[in-house]
Amino acid sequence: MTHEPYVLWLQDCNKNCLSQVGGKCASLGEMIQAGIHVPPGFAVTTAAYRDFLEKAGIAQEIQKTLAGIGPDDVEATEKASQTIRQRMGSSPIPAQIEEAIAGAYEKLCADCGAPDLPVAVRSSATAEDLPGASFAGQQETTLWVRSSVSVMIRTAICWSSLFTPRAISYRLAMGFPHDKVLISVGVQKMANARTAGVMFTLNPSNGDRSSIAIDASWGLGESVVSGMVTPDNFLVNKITLDIVRRTASPKLIEYIPDPDGARAEIVDVPPERQSVLCMSDQELVALAQLGKKLEQHYGAPQDVEWAIDRDLPFPQNVVALQCRPETVWSRKTPVVKPASSPLDYVVANLLSGVRTGAAKPKDE
Amino acid sequence: MASANGRFPSPFEVPTPEGCEGWKELYPYYYVFSDDRREFEDNRFWFQDGMHHPEPLYPFDTITSESWWVALGQYNTRVFVVPPALGIDQRVLNGYLYITALPVANPNDIPARVGEFMERAGYYYQNWDRLYAQWVKKAEETIADLKAIKVPDLPEREDLETVVRQGRGITSAYDLLTAYNRAIENMHKIWHLHFEFLNLGYAAYLTFYGFCKQTFPDIPDQTVAKLVSGIDVILFRPDEELKRLAKAAVDLKVAGVFKKTIHPDKVIAEMGKSDAGKKWLAELEKSKDPWFYFSTGTGFYHLHRSWIDDMTVPCLAIRGYIEKIEKGETIARPMAEIRKERDRLAAEYTALLPTDEAKKAFQEQLGLARTVFPYVENHNFYVEHWHHTVFWNKMREFGRLLVKHGFFKEVDDMFYLHRFEVQQAIYDLIGAWGSGGEARGPKYWPPIVAKRKVLFEKLKKWAPPPALGEPPEVVTEPFTIMLWGITTDSIQTWLKPKEAGAKELKGFAGSPGVVEGPARVITSVEELVNVQPGEILVCPITTPSWAPIFNRIKATVTDIGGMMSHAAIVCREYGLPAVVGTGYGTKTFKNGQMLRVDGSTGVVTALN
Repeated sequence: MTHEPYVLWLQDCNKNCLSQVGGKCASLGEMIQAGIHVPPGFAVTTAAYRDFLEKAGIAQEIQKTLAGIGPDDVEATEKASQTIRQRMGSSPIPAQIEEAIAGAYEKLCADCGAPDLPVAVRSSATAEDLPGASFAGQQETTLWVRSSVSVMIRTAICWSSLFTPRAISYRLAMGFPHDKVLISVGVQKMANARTAGVMFTLNPSNGDRSSIAIDASWGLGESVVSGMVTPDNFLVNKITLDIVRRTASPKLIEYIPDPDGARAEIVDVPPERQSVLCMSDQELVALAQLGKKLEQHYGAPQDVEWAIDRDLPFPQNVVALQCRPETVWSRKTPVVKPASSPLDYVVANLLSGVRTGAAKPKDE
Repeated sequence: MASANGRFPSPFEVPTPEGCEGWKELYPYYYVFSDDRREFEDNRFWFQDGMHHPEPLYPFDTITSESWWVALGQYNTRVFVVPPALGIDQRVLNGYLYITALPVANPNDIPARVGEFMERAGYYYQNWDRLYAQWVKKAEETIADLKAIKVPDLPEREDLETVVRQGRGITSAYDLLTAYNRAIENMHKIWHLHFEFLNLGYAAYLTFYGFCKQTFPDIPDQTVAKLVSGIDVILFRPDEELKRLAKAAVDLKVAGVFKKTIHPDKVIAEMGKSDAGKKWLAELEKSKDPWFYFSTGTGFYHLHRSWIDDMTVPCLAIRGYIEKIEKGETIARPMAEIRKERDRLAAEYTALLPTDEAKKAFQEQLGLARTVFPYVENHNFYVEHWHHTVFWNKMREFGRLLVKHGFFKEVDDMFYLHRFEVQQAIYDLIGAWGSGGEARGPKYWPPIVAKRKVLFEKLKKWAPPPALGEPPEVVTEPFTIMLWGITTDSIQTWLKPKEAGAKELKGFAGSPGVVEGPARVITSVEELVNVQPGEILVCPITTPSWAPIFNRIKATVTDIGGMMSHAAIVCREYGLPAVVGTGYGTKTFKNGQMLRVDGSTGVVTALN
């Protein structure tokens, strides 16, 4: 076999394989190589997607279906989307690709010591995480997928998400050729989160880069991301790792995995747990260290989704799920007045708040 | 424009406490509020300098405040030409020192002053290390000169050999007069030296501090201090000597002595009984000069005795360290680790800055702060501790002579006289001695001293208002903020009516942490020995030499305190929660009252 690999383990992915595994998976691979704990998994490469289209003979059909549709032609876009996705859904996945995906999933189960290991299956597009090009609507995520057959089905759905009406019209509007945008799929162990949340590797209230701000709540991170709970809030000094502030909030609900379904369910948090801090100091420090590594690795403050996994031992249980550059404060750079010598700073400081020249000579 | 937020009483409205009439006679004419300068005095904002002079000024002890008045003013106004600020003016009211920062009256003058400052202060900053090395020599010489001053007795007959056969030409009367004058001049000299570097040092440090706070709003004060502070700081050295002596006692197997007693005389007697004990005493002698010239107060008052005068505090601390050594704890400061940590902090904070300009600014300001900081940290030992310990004891030699000649009943009576009055008394003495007549002093001074002692006890009980006159709407005067830690906020706190039996006091978050414990209110140094383990120290101001006490206490609450007092730095070094600058701590809380001290938010709460 001389074709490009259909699956790549996350630890083998990096920035250089962006075109093979997409932004999300490349980013996860980078994290692992930087010593950052993330849930284990693999990427179904763009080669698998491309060969699927070719071997099923869909590629040309797609071009034909989309030819001549303008970006504002909503009806035609809808119709084309339906045609393409139906065609993709009814085409069998070539055996070689199927074997590669099933083999990888089974190895993942074996590595984690659990048959039918729950995994998340996500699209990992080759352009979506690039700055300035957001392919809204084509992100497909399925959580708690539990068999190799289901992984296969969800993979195909991820592939076809590239042809949602929204994704099609977006490409038309931006002038991206449809056949140049490829998609990869990430398959990753579900974090069995006892606690999860969001971390900024700066203080979002004042932009202080020497702080790490953490929002955390019980269960899966969805409750924090969606804003359905007021999370516990922590501030950690990035340099000394001292915990500067712990604010417990009443966390009334949590998302927990529904063992039989394909989604998480919302349940009430029992009263005795509601106002208890959902993570220990030890976990906070480990998480802050994780944030520090991420920031060092990417060279800029990060916005991180993370979880504490029930199934794993400390500190491997403190895992990063996703990260992206923080954008609000990072764009601002401090105004530093140029000074020819340190004495200039001293003079400026002595004069701060003092009126000089052109003012009443007397105190108010 | 009138301040919307109220004002403090005018110095001319503050009544004389009952029985304190005539208090002005204790001080020179220029040192009190008077109708002659009423217009100026009534239009200024004055605050009580509780940081350095929390107690009423003994007439003689004004030598410290008067010395810094001249020296600070000279350096700001006439030497370095600080762009927006002149000196600090002083007045005494009912025995308490009030001060006001004098601004440059016409803001139009400031730009020209900047040029002068750049040239003059710039020279000092650029040549800091050389000038500072020279300073250390000057300070040590000044102290040596003071020590060398002989207070001569007045002999019945002048010496035959030197005065007659060698034709000396001058006599012990002249020697006594000049010895006194030289000692007084020596005090003025050391305070000039003090301000040769101090304000420049603070200005550079606080510039860096301000930059840190602006760039990293969450940075703890403790971290800024760690970034600049030296490793071998002289101010820590006395305490290091105590650790050394504790270890020596353990090594020599004489630590048991401290379990029997911490009374200094008894410790010395016990140690003298064995060879090992004698070896320990030899080690003690090595530590004493100069490290026991360490005041248990600020050094500003003659009452602030030093370890060399009374070794109770060191003995107490040595016992504490012995206990720690025996428990297997490490008492030595881990120098290599501290140094490594300081470098790591600096590297990591620099790396967080997003632009090269910001990195450069941070590095340059850090560099200057580190250059000046040894002076900021160390000058206190040379001036207020070492020099002043020698000075007060030298003055007591004059006191003893005057007691011998009947002028005073007790040596310390001399401190109830202003230094100009002591000079008069000495003149009275040498005139009468030489002429063979009768000095008036023995009849004249004892009743005055007796009267002043009564007056002084009453002044001590008076609660001075924290400030006088109309406050500025915003405090911008750099030295008020830098040296005294007084801000717009602290003035607002002072202006709030004080509730009787207030449950909560707000101050500055001096050192992080929350603890609860019983209060120990200390208003004079002598009470320090009463401090029990686990208590919360409530005092007007903490001083570095109390450091050993910090092994026993849980937290500190002070009436007065800025972030830059040396005491605050040492406090943080000991990892002790502290709330400083509460204004009324010693007047609000009682001994034994349960308190909660939150050093992270700056709040002290009475729990009962």
